[in-house]
Amino acid sequence: MILSALLRADEIEPTLSVCGVALVAHPAGALYEPSSGALVLADLHLEKGSSFARRGQMLPPYDTATTLGRLARLVDVYRPRVVIALGDSFHDRGGPARLTDADRGALTALQRGRDWIWISGNHDPEPPAGCGGETAAEMALGPLALRHEPTAGARRGEIAGHLHPVARIAVRGRGLRRRCFATDGARIVLPAFGAYAGGLNVRDAAFGGLFAPGALTAWMLGETGVYAIAGGALRPD
Amino acid sequence: MLAPEPSPDTQTALPDRFASWFAGRGWAPRSHQLALLAHAREKRDALLIAPTGAGKTLAGFLPSLIELADGRETGEGLHTIYVSPLKALAVDVARNLTAPVAEMGLPIRIEGRTGDTPAGRRKRQKQHPPDMLLTTPEQLALLIGDPGAARLFETVRRVVVDELHALAPTKRGDQLALALARIRALAPDVVTVGLSATVRAPAELRRWLVDPRRGAPLAELVEITGGAAPDITVHETDERLPWSGHGGRHAMAEIYEAIRRHKTTLLFANTRAQAELTFQELWRINEDTLPIALHHGSLDVGQRRKVEAAMAEGRLKAIVATSTLDLGIDWGDVDLVVHMSSPKGASRLLQRTGRANHRLDEPSKAIIVPANRFEVLECEAARDAALAGDQDAEAVKPGGLDVLAQHILGVACGTPFDEDDLFAEVVSTAPYAALDRKTFDDVIQFVATGGYALKSYDRFAKIRRTPDGLWRVSNPSVAQAWRMNVGTIIEASSLKVRMGRVRRTAAGAVNPAGYGGRLIGEIEEYFVETMTPGDTFMFGGEILKYEALIENEIYVSRSNSEAPKVPTYVGGRMPLTTGVAARVRAILDDPSQWTRLPTQTREWLGFQQERSVIPDREKLLVETFPRAGKYFLVTYPFEGRLAHQTLGMLMTRRLERAHARPLGFVASDHALAIWGLGDVSAMIAGDLLSLDQLFDEDMLGDDLEAWLAESSLMKRTFRNCAIIAGLIERNVIGAKRKTGRQVTMSTDLVYDVLRRHEPDHVLLRAAYQDAAGGLIDLWRVADFLKRVKQHIEHRPLDRVSPLAIPILLEVGREPVYGAAQDALLREAAETLVEEAMGPLPGTKGAGPPGFLRSL
Repeated sequence: MILSALLRADEIEPTLSVCGVALVAHPAGALYEPSSGALVLADLHLEKGSSFARRGQMLPPYDTATTLGRLARLVDVYRPRVVIALGDSFHDRGGPARLTDADRGALTALQRGRDWIWISGNHDPEPPAGCGGETAAEMALGPLALRHEPTAGARRGEIAGHLHPVARIAVRGRGLRRRCFATDGARIVLPAFGAYAGGLNVRDAAFGGLFAPGALTAWMLGETGVYAIAGGALRPD
Repeated sequence: MLAPEPSPDTQTALPDRFASWFAGRGWAPRSHQLALLAHAREKRDALLIAPTGAGKTLAGFLPSLIELADGRETGEGLHTIYVSPLKALAVDVARNLTAPVAEMGLPIRIEGRTGDTPAGRRKRQKQHPPDMLLTTPEQLALLIGDPGAARLFETVRRVVVDELHALAPTKRGDQLALALARIRALAPDVVTVGLSATVRAPAELRRWLVDPRRGAPLAELVEITGGAAPDITVHETDERLPWSGHGGRHAMAEIYEAIRRHKTTLLFANTRAQAELTFQELWRINEDTLPIALHHGSLDVGQRRKVEAAMAEGRLKAIVATSTLDLGIDWGDVDLVVHMSSPKGASRLLQRTGRANHRLDEPSKAIIVPANRFEVLECEAARDAALAGDQDAEAVKPGGLDVLAQHILGVACGTPFDEDDLFAEVVSTAPYAALDRKTFDDVIQFVATGGYALKSYDRFAKIRRTPDGLWRVSNPSVAQAWRMNVGTIIEASSLKVRMGRVRRTAAGAVNPAGYGGRLIGEIEEYFVETMTPGDTFMFGGEILKYEALIENEIYVSRSNSEAPKVPTYVGGRMPLTTGVAARVRAILDDPSQWTRLPTQTREWLGFQQERSVIPDREKLLVETFPRAGKYFLVTYPFEGRLAHQTLGMLMTRRLERAHARPLGFVASDHALAIWGLGDVSAMIAGDLLSLDQLFDEDMLGDDLEAWLAESSLMKRTFRNCAIIAGLIERNVIGAKRKTGRQVTMSTDLVYDVLRRHEPDHVLLRAAYQDAAGGLIDLWRVADFLKRVKQHIEHRPLDRVSPLAIPILLEVGREPVYGAAQDALLREAAETLVEEAMGPLPGTKGAGPPGFLRSL
């Protein structure tokens, strides 16, 4: 009962713990580590809209502004000392060059007064030109290892993105599919943060072997809270 | 207005070759065939309205055959295009035409062109067109966008549109209307012929067939009336009639008897679930193992074709079907049509009934089987309407802007266009007659660059205006992508159903055990979403157990359970039409008519009279009563399920604001029930709530906007529009499952972003127009609210009223709409926590599960 009450008490922004490090999970899909003041997010996929437009699918050109706006609200809430983007920050190599002036300005404003680290991903293996910040292939945060793609096999303390986890449950006859943090207590895979980033079900084979058997919990993102659903209740797509 | 009568001198009307062919079969040309011929000779567009079996198709082709027979060499290009909504129909017509053409020795080449036509033949058809091409709206659209379109179409003299009543009100109809306008531009002499079943408003179809710029505002009308009146009975039973449900199980033995007594029976069900149930029940009692088959849209295509072939060969005694068999090839031997539960509309009842007996002079025979006590009323009303010859009104919808976008790009792929000319061409069609220039320009901009206020995609434009003022495609890959995307039918995302066992590895992976078994059909993804492996459901006439989902197939095994665990599989549920609803109200309101109702129904209405009141034809009855700790508001608008759902959604919002604390609602075709924690009777008595205000028309303002914008319905509608308009490519949507991975594009995300940044974008307007006209039945809600203004009759009761029983039995069967998803997520999390916290069976004080240890 106590645990249940605890879960309810901090259900809005629950704390996930990996390797003894407490991380606050925000419903927008980011982690905040209070002692270092680091805000961690994954898979921004900036300029995905224009990337599709290049090939004739004219998606609304507002995804970058939406994603950066969402990020700006998080920055307002936590005032992080450092923002760490776990790769695939741009949808393709040409993305940084296609930023509108307004979006570029918004990005610069967000970077002012804090460190900014672009971890490279498969969509953006090179540092984003003219976008400030530092670039790294991966980095350590205390005992945590931050990188884009989760490493196969058990990796205690790994914080990664790349897979765009979503979870699906069925409640009262209707299915709910939401982005989620996927964790077994040893590692966390972050949900994609980008406005146009799709999702991959955590039951997909791509997640196979990443989590200790039976230990997976999906922290599903609601509008106002993050909700823990045990692995057994999760449905495939 | 009737068409001018053809010349009575039928001898001169037909060329010798034709006259002797008719004579040789002992036939005389029918007057409608001659009438159509006369109109064709005068180059007048014409609409032929006729019941099935009247020789409609031959009438449509006769003028072309005659024209082609004399004075025209074959190889002079395409002369006649026949368009049908069904591939199968195009194939069947080809077969039926081949016989007379061969027998008369006419030098006419007839070919079909559907999605199944081999690429080689399609190419040849463009280089050496046949005299007659039989095809579908989608194939025609593809030809319009072909660079050879101008050459291909310039020789066309006639376009015959079959089943026009079914095509015109749909997006496929919009697409076809635009294609026709294009053909007219390329072949100014073309004449149209529409073939249609009986409809309520022939003038709409007559307008559809013409280009008013060319003269006549309406096509000539040729109508075949008369014929024997159908023989429609409402099934009576000595069994107990259920209170609710749509199964009709109580009547199965008697239906079986009827099947046995008749030569061939067609059984129509309103939903796939009902078809499945009927099929299963019939086979349960099928002691003579009569050949009874099942046919619905989820079954494997191969399976369906087999059933159709068996039917054509007369090897079947009965088919249980859904609307999949509403249109299609005529089967001569059907002598009985059974309608499982209410047909919901008079036109549908008449058309389905017409599938029995194709001889005009003998009555078609149909039985309607009411599934529950209330439905008896509805079935009687539908029968009255059908016998009175009422046709249901099809709401006239403006042409879809998404279809227009697809068409504009197609036109550009074919030939560079001038926007003024194209605008004039588009507004010459019936669906787009009211289109304003600004919206048209917006659609062009949408096609070119997405049409966003933020002009960041100009350099990626798909079509561009060149210095000569014409719009052209930017590069060949645009045309290639367009060709992959042509069509307006969006299949619900579906999964294949395969019989087969699965193997689970230690690591938790699921694989097929051995080779997969036979493929039995497809099922909508949303249905599978709600199931867990081990659940049973009914499909293809069997109760199946859901084993696993692997790639894009669900694996199932046969189950020996008596009843499926997951009962609902709603597919194609039609709302009650206004006409039948009005007749239901009339029967209710006139107790002298109750004598024809079964005793059980009469008793029930008698109780309602005693305890509450029978709904008046002019007034809206609202009952409020407490039940099981909650307070109910039940009302009986008789406006159909879709309209009631919309109403329920909007009224729930209002009741929330009035602090009535509503918890949920359920809608049926007749009634709407809302329940909550606030005592509505007391609130009304204490002037805290006014029913007049609750039902005020102003709910269609901000409340509607706010609800609609958030609803999943709108997102689904937007997705369909986005695909048709070419914002998202079909192949991209489907790509996820093929690769087994990733992460393509969810249109929900695009919708959210677009709505926030450009709420007035043309594609959002298109989606809103679709939602308002279709799924939420907005116009019907609006008419209803206007009508009941100041006409509300409130009955506060101390318990549930007899009339409310059927709707209350629906409670819990339908998902709760508009419920905050967070509440559901929280509920799921909490339920699971409670489950996890409880001691495991046989253990004491087991520790919390893995994920909680991290807390």
